[in-house]
Amino acid sequence: MATEFAEESIDALAIGAWILGTGGGGSPYLAQLNLKRLYEQGRRCSLIQPEDLADDDLVAVVSQMGAPLVGQERLVDPATLARAVRLMEEFIGQRFAAIMTVEIGGGNALSPFLAAALLDLPVVDADSMGRAYPEAQNTSFAIGNLKMYPLSLVDCRDSEAIVSKVPSWVWMERISRKITTEVGSVASTCKAPRTGAEVKEWGILHTVTKSIRIGEAVLEARRAHTNPISAILKLEGGKELFVGKIVDVDRVATGGFLRGKARLAGLGDKQGDELVLEFQNEWLVAMHGSNPIAMSPDLICLLDTDSGEAIGTETVRYGQRVTVVALPSPEVLRTEQGLRNVGPRAFGYDFDFKSVFER
Amino acid sequence: MRRIGIDVGGTNTDAVLLDGHRVLASVKVPTTADVMTGVVGATRRVLEGDQSPRNGAATAIDAVMLGTTHFTNAVVERANLERIAVIRISLPASASLPPTVDWPADIRHAVDPMIFMVAGGHEYDGRPLVPLDRQAVVEAAHKIGEAGIRSVAINALFSPLTTECEDEAADIVRSIVPEVRITRSNTLGRIGLLERENVAMLNAALQSIGRKTVDAFGQALTEAGIDAPFYLTQNDGTVVMAEIAAQSPVYSFASGPTNSMRGAALLTGLHDAMVADVGGTTTDIGCLINGFPREANNIVEVGGVRTLFRMPDLLPIGLGGGSIVDPENDRIGPRSVGYRITQEALVFGGSTLTATDLAVATGHADIGDRSLLRNLDLALVRHLLARTVTMLEENVDRMKTSPEAVDLIAVGGGAFLIPDKLAGVARVHRVEHADVANAIGAAMAQVSGEVDQVFSGVSRDEALSEAERIANDRAREAGARPESLKTIEVDDIPIAYLPGGARRVRVRVVGDIAPQE
Repeated sequence: MATEFAEESIDALAIGAWILGTGGGGSPYLAQLNLKRLYEQGRRCSLIQPEDLADDDLVAVVSQMGAPLVGQERLVDPATLARAVRLMEEFIGQRFAAIMTVEIGGGNALSPFLAAALLDLPVVDADSMGRAYPEAQNTSFAIGNLKMYPLSLVDCRDSEAIVSKVPSWVWMERISRKITTEVGSVASTCKAPRTGAEVKEWGILHTVTKSIRIGEAVLEARRAHTNPISAILKLEGGKELFVGKIVDVDRVATGGFLRGKARLAGLGDKQGDELVLEFQNEWLVAMHGSNPIAMSPDLICLLDTDSGEAIGTETVRYGQRVTVVALPSPEVLRTEQGLRNVGPRAFGYDFDFKSVFER
Repeated sequence: MRRIGIDVGGTNTDAVLLDGHRVLASVKVPTTADVMTGVVGATRRVLEGDQSPRNGAATAIDAVMLGTTHFTNAVVERANLERIAVIRISLPASASLPPTVDWPADIRHAVDPMIFMVAGGHEYDGRPLVPLDRQAVVEAAHKIGEAGIRSVAINALFSPLTTECEDEAADIVRSIVPEVRITRSNTLGRIGLLERENVAMLNAALQSIGRKTVDAFGQALTEAGIDAPFYLTQNDGTVVMAEIAAQSPVYSFASGPTNSMRGAALLTGLHDAMVADVGGTTTDIGCLINGFPREANNIVEVGGVRTLFRMPDLLPIGLGGGSIVDPENDRIGPRSVGYRITQEALVFGGSTLTATDLAVATGHADIGDRSLLRNLDLALVRHLLARTVTMLEENVDRMKTSPEAVDLIAVGGGAFLIPDKLAGVARVHRVEHADVANAIGAAMAQVSGEVDQVFSGVSRDEALSEAERIANDRAREAGARPESLKTIEVDDIPIAYLPGGARRVRVRVVGDIAPQE
């Protein structure tokens, strides 16, 4: 039922996850190192399709939380992620059948693999964002209004916490964020357990294989000296929005978010044209003049024009040669409730969602 | 003041003799396999080339400044690295990724470090993570002593913010094995546990070659009849007395390109400009701010090892005088004939079309025998040369931080490849002696002192003046004349989440080298 997750897929998964991070989600580098090391030690992971889950199977939803700067010193550790899963099992008195990630974009794409390698559980080919977003209420499980508690949280010093009940997803975000800050702004968490039926109905399915597929296309294009971006677009039905260079970056850190704008000047066919990317941790809106041409939840990815590598909102800088592409968003994010949680208005914009893929 | 500047590169050893700002003599000789023969030869020739009244007088030299690729080469070639021990103080955090986890296997094998991971370190807000496990450090020190290891790297969690654990562990190790050399990561690196640890480990592994190289340079100079203090050039464009520089070989990793940039600044008098240093195989593009190279803020790989510390921000591109031109595929570089250019390029009677041939064919350079190019299709040559211009324009633009046009200084043996007009460039500056700008940059380098640490429990003014005092002390210790010291950089950031109004203060001072006693 579950298939082996090959060691060769680790790099591809990391590359794809960084692209699906749409500028945020944190670099997968340290998680990637951890997973390679686990494989060197003889550990193995397997991948299970969500369709193969029984309706009453319990699935652990894991994520590594915290400030990126702290994560550069207190490095992500498979042991604490595994412990968060076990702690949840102890609290609810039931065993998990599989593990999944809360978000496929960025470093957390690899978090369930780190726990799974130690716990010998399969990883579900799914997540709850299909990309990266900053907060708990941005998940498909929140859009489905599923139960948002309990949550388990583990620190490397044997501090363990359970948030046993909260009234809303927003409260879950606030309380779990506060505990994380107190233990040093980095913690491993296991979110509210999901049943197989819930994952199948509300999860965003097959995003792990999607991420690997994108990563493999990039690696293959690099080997063959062909264009990695065309390969991604063809594979995912994406759209090239702009080719240019970064001419200005304006960042402000407010309320725990990195907000700002990156201005692009066109090159080649786009010579003389301009595009502005607005971000809040992730790329949220692409503005052509006063006209928003692409917006969340559609995935806006900023890629290095030559290598196809993703460029994050923290690392974008003047002079980079970039291509902006849009990838289609998961359907659940485009429902009425989905747009309430992750549409442009959820991030303070005064316009409605219009997909770049509808013309 | 008469000084000699020597820059030992992979291909050439360049030397100049200066009197004040005046270039009395300059030479370019091939770097020899044993390096020191080349240094002795270059030094002798530069003394002989001196046509001034005091010509040839080795005794009249006040100082020698040396830039070398020795330490970078040791890392890249995995040669002459010594066995080290590393003590990481971070448990129970960061346990799954031990020291050298992201090193290429061959260099890990070459250094073969004895690894210790012990409990301790601090949080970002200054609280201890857990108390330092002193007993574990004591045990590590005994094992280090028994194994006969002479060089140790110590790295603690968040040590750039709180050095306490590294300092205490260093004291413990020294009390048990007094003869070991200790590199504390906070003295070199920044936030980023693995990258800082990598710098500290490389520095520890280079202690023995650092010592040997400095001794060998000393002998080479004596052999050339010179009895003057000598200095090694650093990544930031300054020099440090060789004796002290030997303790921090990692600070010499990028001294070659840095010397060229400093030379470019000194030869033009420009303090804020781009520099293109065109060699045989590559062009390094860098940016001068206040007369010194802009520092890189990102991870720089040295021999495949990821590091994050004081390095210049450089963009190397595969274009140089020896770049091989492939007209069929419309490509120039990155392959190069390198030092074989005088045999292989068309203008020298060879059979390979190089970037130099293009420049000679269009009259941009006068090298070799132009008549050997008469069969070249001039339209094609112009088209190909335009490609090099586009490469340069694009990469100069990448190094800018804003769209405004900048001044560009062209230096290096292949400086003729830089045209007079480039998009985004206000003016291209050319200078005399451009081919030995690196040696000139070395010869004229000043001494610096730097401090980068967290102060708490004192006012901002007190913190700044204390930092300046430490920086001045360090500059004096490194060989600066006290009355010439000038503060060139002051940077302070309040750390909101640390108690006691903590702020991180960075001060850098430079001064002229003190005359020989």
